[in-house]
Parts: sequence; C-alpha cells; structure tokens
Amino acid sequence: MADIDLDHLQRLAALRLNEAEAERAYRELEGIIHMIDAMRGIDTEGVAPMANPLDAVQRLRPDVVTENIDREAYQAVAPNVDGGFYLVPRVVE
Amino acid sequence: MKWQATIGLEVHVQLATQSKIFSGAPTAYGAPPNTQACPVDLGLPGVLPVLNEQAVRMAVRFGLAIGAQINERCVFDRKNYFYPDLPKGYQISQLDHPIVGRGKLEFALPDGAQRTVTITRAHLEEDAGKSVHDAVPGATAVDLNRAGTPLLEVVSEPEMHTPAEAAAYFRALWQLVRAIGICDGQLQEGSMRCDANVSVAPTGSDTLGERTEIKNINSFRFVERAVRYEIERQIDVLESGGRIVRETRLYDDERDETRSMRAKELSDDYRYFPDPDLLPVEIDAAFIEAVRADMPELPSARQARFETDLGLPADRAAALAEDAELANYFEAMTAAEADPVLAANWLLNDVAARLNADELGIRQSPVAAEDLAMLVRRLSDDTLSSKTARTVFDRLWAGARGVDAIIEQEGLKQMDDSDALAAIVAEVVAGNPDQAEQFRAGKDKVLGFFVGQIMKRTQGKANPKQVNILLREALK
Repeated sequence: MADIDLDHLQRLAALRLNEAEAERAYRELEGIIHMIDAMRGIDTEGVAPMANPLDAVQRLRPDVVTENIDREAYQAVAPNVDGGFYLVPRVVE
Repeated sequence: MKWQATIGLEVHVQLATQSKIFSGAPTAYGAPPNTQACPVDLGLPGVLPVLNEQAVRMAVRFGLAIGAQINERCVFDRKNYFYPDLPKGYQISQLDHPIVGRGKLEFALPDGAQRTVTITRAHLEEDAGKSVHDAVPGATAVDLNRAGTPLLEVVSEPEMHTPAEAAAYFRALWQLVRAIGICDGQLQEGSMRCDANVSVAPTGSDTLGERTEIKNINSFRFVERAVRYEIERQIDVLESGGRIVRETRLYDDERDETRSMRAKELSDDYRYFPDPDLLPVEIDAAFIEAVRADMPELPSARQARFETDLGLPADRAAALAEDAELANYFEAMTAAEADPVLAANWLLNDVAARLNADELGIRQSPVAAEDLAMLVRRLSDDTLSSKTARTVFDRLWAGARGVDAIIEQEGLKQMDDSDALAAIVAEVVAGNPDQAEQFRAGKDKVLGFFVGQIMKRTQGKANPKQVNILLREALK
C-alpha cells in the first residue's frame, strides 16, 4: 500500500473532495506511485539526471513588448470581475 | 546569559526589463488592474513561457559585479503552492541550478568599518500578482499586472550579527543594483523586497538557534527595526524558558513588531520539480564576456577614481559614487571643466539641500549640470563670491539659464577694481572709529564686522580675500 496523505494534498491544493472523488484521486495517485516505483528499478548508474528529455537548450526572447492586452476578452471567461480585478472568495491568512 | 544573533537576508530584486520574464507583456508600474497581464501571465491553458534574454543578461551582470561564478547551465523549476494571485498554481523559479553561484558583497557600516558578506546564490524567478483584501466586501480582488515580472532573488549566508549590519547590507545591495542598471531601486513601489532569517544563540555557541523568517520588508529602516524587534523577542522567549518555533513572521511597521503568519511545516511543501515547459539555459563564455564588456563602473571603483584622479576627500567621493545618478551629474560637471572639489561641495550641500526640500531626485533637478559647472568655474576665477554664487544659483533653480547672462543682468560680477574697493574700505574704517580702535587693541573679532559692512556696501560683490588684505592694511 502506498503511503498517501490525501488530506495534506487537498490542503496544499485548496481542494475539498467528496468521498467518491477522494477514492478516485487516491487510486490515480497510487498508479503514479507504482509507475515511479517501477522506474526506480531501472539501473541509472552513470546516467546524469536530466531536467528535460529534449536534447536542446532554451531559446531566449528579446526584451520587447509584443502583447496587446485585451483585458475584456481575457476576463470574459472569469466567473467574477469588478473594476478590472478578478474576484475570488475572500482569502485571509 | 549573553546572546549572539545571526541574520541572513533574501532580497528580491525586480529587474528593470521592458517586458515580463516569460512573456511579451509590459512591466509598467501603477497601470490599471490587469492591463499588463497577457495569457501567459494569467496562466491560461495552452500557453508556453519563453525566457527574456535581458533578464538573463541582468542576472549575469549582477553575478559579475559580486565576483560570482556564473553557472553555464541553469534550470527552471516549478514551486507549487496555491494562492489566488498565482494563477498557474506554481511559481517558476530555480532551485538546484541557479544562474548565479557564490559571490561577495563588500560594504561599509555606518561607523566606517568594512564588512564582506558572502552571497550564497542568486536565481531568476517570476513575481506573483497582488491580492487586495479590502477593495471589495467579502471578496479578494486580484490584480495580475505584477505576475511574471522578473525577479532576481539574492540569498546571503547567515553571516550578519546586528540589525545595523543587515540594514547596511540591504542598502549596499540597493546601491549596487542601481549602479549596474538592473533595478530602478524604487523601494516604495516594491522594487526591492527583503525577507530576513533571524536566530539567536548563546555567545560563543558553535550551533545556531532555531530561526524565524520575517517576510516582505521594503525599506532600510524597517530591516533594521524588524530585525532588532525579532532579536529582542527571541531573547525574551529564551530567557523566560521558552523555545523558538520555526515560523514565518510578518513585520508590522505601524506597531513596530513582528507577528506569526503561519507555521512553516504547514505551507513549506512546495514540491519543486523541473519545469517541463522550459529547457535548460546554457550561458557560454561569449555571452558572459559580452555582458562584462558592457558593465558600468562599480561604485567602489568610481569612488577610488574620484579620490585618486580628481582629488576628492574619501567621504565626498563615497557620497557621490554611491548614487549613480548623482555621480553622473558630477561627472558632467567636471567634463564641463568645473573644479572637482568645489563641484562636489556644491552638489552635496546646496543642490542636495534644495532637492531634499523640494522632494526631487537629481534627475529632476531644475539646474542643468552644465550651468552648475559654469557657476563653479565663475567661483574659481573669482568672478563670483560665495554670496553672489548663491544668488545665481537661486536664479538657476527658478528656471533661468546661462550663468554669465545672469551675472550680467543682475550686476553680480565681483569687483575687480582694487582702487574702488580700497576707497570703500577706507570709508568704512573712517566711519567706524570705535571698532577700528577695538581692532587695534587686539580684538580680532571686529574684523568680521568690517567685512560685513563692506560686503553690504558692495552688495556682496567684493572679493573676500581682497577685502581682508585691504582691511588689515587700513586698520594698521
């Protein structure tokens, strides 16, 4: 059995799963852990860790403003906006 | 028991790029909410980050300025946490392979003592947006304009021991990033923000005490006060038999205290992993050399040059060199053939006082460097006295241009007719026989009275040196 603290993960992600969702999430996470366990069995002696599987390096972009900001269009998909702000349920630490 | 405090600082330096670190959106400060945030900054599905070359260049420039190793390969990681002003749910940062390795920052403490603090590393990351909790009742309002602004996080070793030292380090870093042109240094706009790690242990102990982290300090004064408060708080807790809990604390400048934000163990689970959207960044020797060739003079080198080449006293040289803009203004004056020592004195006294009073920076000075240089030249060649020079300066400040024209218009030219001056001196001496007698009886102070009278008669246009010589002659 994998050691999964689903309560902790929910807290980190600010999610509240119901029982059925929690069960499904648990199964999926278990699958991921099994996959990682299987990968751990591979002999990686002498293989340098890679940050990315592509054999390429990052291309850089010149420091130029290229975007026209269409706030109205971007905010059309937001559930709640006011005065140009996105509104979310009140978060206070 | 005696206690020793240990302090390390993490300073977030906002890089002065035109566009964001991973998008082509603008970085202007103070724009209406969400008008500087494009789909990449908003974390919309399907977008990809592309790294800004200028941000890389600025980080390398900083690394070279602190004599650090520039890592030829660096990697971006995702730092995962949930907060509404972080729309992707992760911040792109660098964990194990930062762009800048270990370096050193040298600076002077207020008492003049030199200190060197090791900088562990500096890494590139993106800023988050801003949450406003009091704008809309019952809701948190999110402005993502700042999201994606490039930051260089500069991490020091825990090598400082007093609040003053921490403040001096923060100030030195501020001076450096402005001097090398990678940050505008506007603290009130949040261009540099600092987190302080503080612990205390019995003096002589070879292990450090448990530390707390004070978040988001944004002024030199607050660094000093927040760290001082926190050291005292920890000592109080330990001396009353308590123990320090590792936690994040927030400095409240109104109450001058720190208070607990959240227990570290709850939130510090960032599950870093390499960002699959970004490839490793390779920085080759040619890139580094190009940045080096482009590097502006550092404040320490500039100060040394002002002392040795221009003959400035160390304190004046330091005061000018630490402010890049002021130093540029000064050099524009010396390029216009102003005497360096006089130019420095005028800048650091008269000009600084006026700028202060009018709450202006040197860049907004109403007096052009060329005009002030000419004023200093007219002082050096005795056309102006220090008194008439101030009159000219007032006119310049009020918007007049051309020192010689002002001198002409206002009739401020210093008297160079020594016969005319001698006549005035003789008259003044003759008109005040009592004071003349006092002087002859050995009361030297009376000389000042005579100088004053003569200056009044000449409307300040007499050359004080000449007045002195003539007076002493006349009073024999």
